[in-house]
Amino acid sequence: MASIAIIDYGMGNLHSIAKAFEHVTGRDRVLVTSEHATIRAADRVVFPGVGAIRDCMAELQRSGLDQVVLDSARSKPMLGVCLGMQALLDSSEENQGTDCLGIIPGRVVRFPAYLRDTGNDARLKIPHMGWNQVEQARAHPLWRGITSGSRFYFVHSYYAAPQEDADVAATTPYGIEFASVIARDNVFAVQFHPEKSQHEGLALLSNFVGWDGES
Amino acid sequence: MGLAKRIIPCLDVDAGRVVKGVQFVDIRDAGDPVEVARRYDEQGADEITFLDITASSDQRETMVHVVEQVAGEVFIPLTVGGGIREVADIRRMLNAGADKVGVNTAAVFNPEFVREAAERFGSQCIVVAIDAKQVSAPEEPLRWEIFTHGGRKPTGIDVIEWAHLMVDYGAGEILLTSMDRDGTRDGFDLVLTRSVSEAVNVPVIASGGVGNLDHLVDGIIEGKADAVLAASIFHFGEYTVGDAKRHMAEHGIEVRL
Repeated sequence: MASIAIIDYGMGNLHSIAKAFEHVTGRDRVLVTSEHATIRAADRVVFPGVGAIRDCMAELQRSGLDQVVLDSARSKPMLGVCLGMQALLDSSEENQGTDCLGIIPGRVVRFPAYLRDTGNDARLKIPHMGWNQVEQARAHPLWRGITSGSRFYFVHSYYAAPQEDADVAATTPYGIEFASVIARDNVFAVQFHPEKSQHEGLALLSNFVGWDGES
Repeated sequence: MGLAKRIIPCLDVDAGRVVKGVQFVDIRDAGDPVEVARRYDEQGADEITFLDITASSDQRETMVHVVEQVAGEVFIPLTVGGGIREVADIRRMLNAGADKVGVNTAAVFNPEFVREAAERFGSQCIVVAIDAKQVSAPEEPLRWEIFTHGGRKPTGIDVIEWAHLMVDYGAGEILLTSMDRDGTRDGFDLVLTRSVSEAVNVPVIASGGVGNLDHLVDGIIEGKADAVLAASIFHFGEYTVGDAKRHMAEHGIEVRL
């Protein structure tokens, strides 16, 4: 039976994302695992993560899962979530500069201090926390049934700045317009938490479960 | 357009049942927490907060089961507060499916706990709950102090200074409750809310005193809160979360509809 491996590398709580996948696809197909062989054998891979990027990269390297993620990104449908999105870029400003996996060209940068709303000039707080709009920048199979501008749940202080516009699948306004979703070939990565974004979030996970990796 | 202001229904849970005290005295039963959470999710709640007010520690496991059940069917952020005193309590709630934990008394008695918790689990899941009471006399400049034990015990700690300290220690969000207003239905303490919200750069959730939908609007516009928390106006069916959101939208507040 087709399986979904949620990579467990010690960065954050994977209970929520596993529950959400079980809800859309059935319990027996969802594996929360750190086993290289299980991840390599899975049909699709979820690369989650919360916390600090330096710890994230250190854990990936210590466990050897960095190579498993790199290989998965070349070979099968992969969904990056939150820190699992940021880790796909070349590097991050966080923790005085951290080298990342380099699957998508670009950097991860911090929201500017003294961020202001472009509409009403209200002060915007950091972390960016809550439900914000995801404006689809281009068509993608994972957008099926999801209206552009739908709200998803975010919590983060850094964001991905891909080098190439073609890799941006959606943007979100928060003082600036940032890339809230990046996509390239069989990789789709979101800054928000689909597992906490009610109907639209579950729709996205469901689309991922049925995705063949073609964009 | 952009980030929506959040509406967060709060469920006070005692030994597995939703209750709501009026100024912590008169406790009325409001139902099964899983059913209530499901209902608020359907109404469009942006998050749900559970406050465990169970007194005896042997019934704490009940809250874990409540969270497990809710997390299996409600896919919005869940916060659990009450009785969070050590790292093991946080881990147990996160493993049960909570996304954030509220730390209150433990932070007052041991501020380092907040730092330790934020380093271990990330600031995004550490909400510091502040129970504030006005202590200044009518003719003096306004001043609020932290109170513990359901608003009975003063600590001598200034609320604004404490909020700064907690953010420095890694709090990702502040849940600010006016103990003067809690249960009164007279509306939030707007000056308190604005003072704290303008003092810190993390989101502030206003709590305590909501009696009608205009109070929610006031909390956002005058109190400058990032989110509003309410219990009794939703529990007894006076208003749905959807009613509240439409009312806020009519007043120009951006909400998730």
